[in-house]
Amino acid sequence: MPSLKDLKNRINSVKSTRKITKAMQMVAAAKLRRAQDAAEAARPYAARMEAVVNGLATSVAGSDTAPRLLAGTGADKVHLLVVMTAERGLCGGFNSSIVKLARIRAAELLAQGKTVKILTVGKKGREQLRRDLSAHLVGHVDLSEVKRVGYVNALTIATDVLKRFDEGEFDVATLFYNRFQSVISQIPTTQQIIPAPVPEGAEASTLYDYEPSEEAILEDLLPRSVATQIFTALLENGASEQGARMSAMDNATRNAGDMIDRLTIVYNRSRQAAITKELIEIISGAEAL
Amino acid sequence: MAETLQFDLVSPERMLTSVAATEVQIPGAEGDFTAMPGHAPFLSTLRPGIVSAVTDQGEVKYVVTGGFAEVTAQSVSLLAERSVPASELTQPTYDEMLADLRKAAGEATGDSADSAGKLVNDMVAVGHQLGLNTAAA
Repeated sequence: MPSLKDLKNRINSVKSTRKITKAMQMVAAAKLRRAQDAAEAARPYAARMEAVVNGLATSVAGSDTAPRLLAGTGADKVHLLVVMTAERGLCGGFNSSIVKLARIRAAELLAQGKTVKILTVGKKGREQLRRDLSAHLVGHVDLSEVKRVGYVNALTIATDVLKRFDEGEFDVATLFYNRFQSVISQIPTTQQIIPAPVPEGAEASTLYDYEPSEEAILEDLLPRSVATQIFTALLENGASEQGARMSAMDNATRNAGDMIDRLTIVYNRSRQAAITKELIEIISGAEAL
Repeated sequence: MAETLQFDLVSPERMLTSVAATEVQIPGAEGDFTAMPGHAPFLSTLRPGIVSAVTDQGEVKYVVTGGFAEVTAQSVSLLAERSVPASELTQPTYDEMLADLRKAAGEATGDSADSAGKLVNDMVAVGHQLGLNTAAA
């Protein structure tokens, strides 16, 4: 049985933990708002870009002159997995769920005899993947110094990925990130970015006049489209991270509250027991006289 | 007011403007063009230059460094990677834009070096138009 003093200390320590988790929850809530706004603001650009690229891709897809970013290298041997996670922990299953998804995919590809290369964005994913897939890690993008994710960051990642593609380091690139659904649900998502997937059943936008040619525009657009997709993923991931952290910290705060209640009951009971014991001792002492 | 078309200018980070305009002048990759209501569907890449739209509130100008334009009979959508209202373009921002292009031109080789050089010249022309110092950076 812990002494009264031990119990008191315990209660105080849980109380301060609760204060911290509560504060973290509020910070996450504020950041979530900002992250959501940023994701919202980026949507028009991404949506238009996607529409135009899809239209072009459908009409150019069959031709021999299609850019490599669309047609692919003709091989399906080397896969690059771009795994996006957070720079910090304490956000529930956020990082683990992406890493789990990436691991499953990597295992699948390896089982098919393909080569897997992994580019990590965010420290947490790298730490987890290093345990069993360290041989496959080819690069890491550190965003821990970045306060607010901007298009520039996406551009840096895109440039890196495109350079590797041009140098023939991989054939297929896939993004792994968490799509923001709501504060309590973030969906780990995979998205193929290179070669650009040709939408099925989409209508070719043959109505347009192009200047310069269709192919030239596509050539110019595809790298931008890759950057845009990465940017969208970064923003979705940012919002998801804050959402996940918010609900994780909310749970932690509630658990700490429950724990304090339980400990307080134990504390009061043992105090009462001590008093009762003393009383009995005094009374039986007096009776013995 | 005459017929209008919907003019949207969006950058990756936010929507810069969305207004009704009677005409929009766009610096296309192969020459400037003006889009007016009823324009044939048209898709073009952009070169660095000044986009100017005529709206109810008068003419508004934006400096863009690149991107592309989607023109239909009812709307003009400009997707610009970097774009600043011409009136708010300051010397440091301009220097930075120019330096980025110069750097890209310096790294480019072969055919792309020519086109990258052209982009730098376009940007310099923008600077002259707005009365900015183009020598820096």
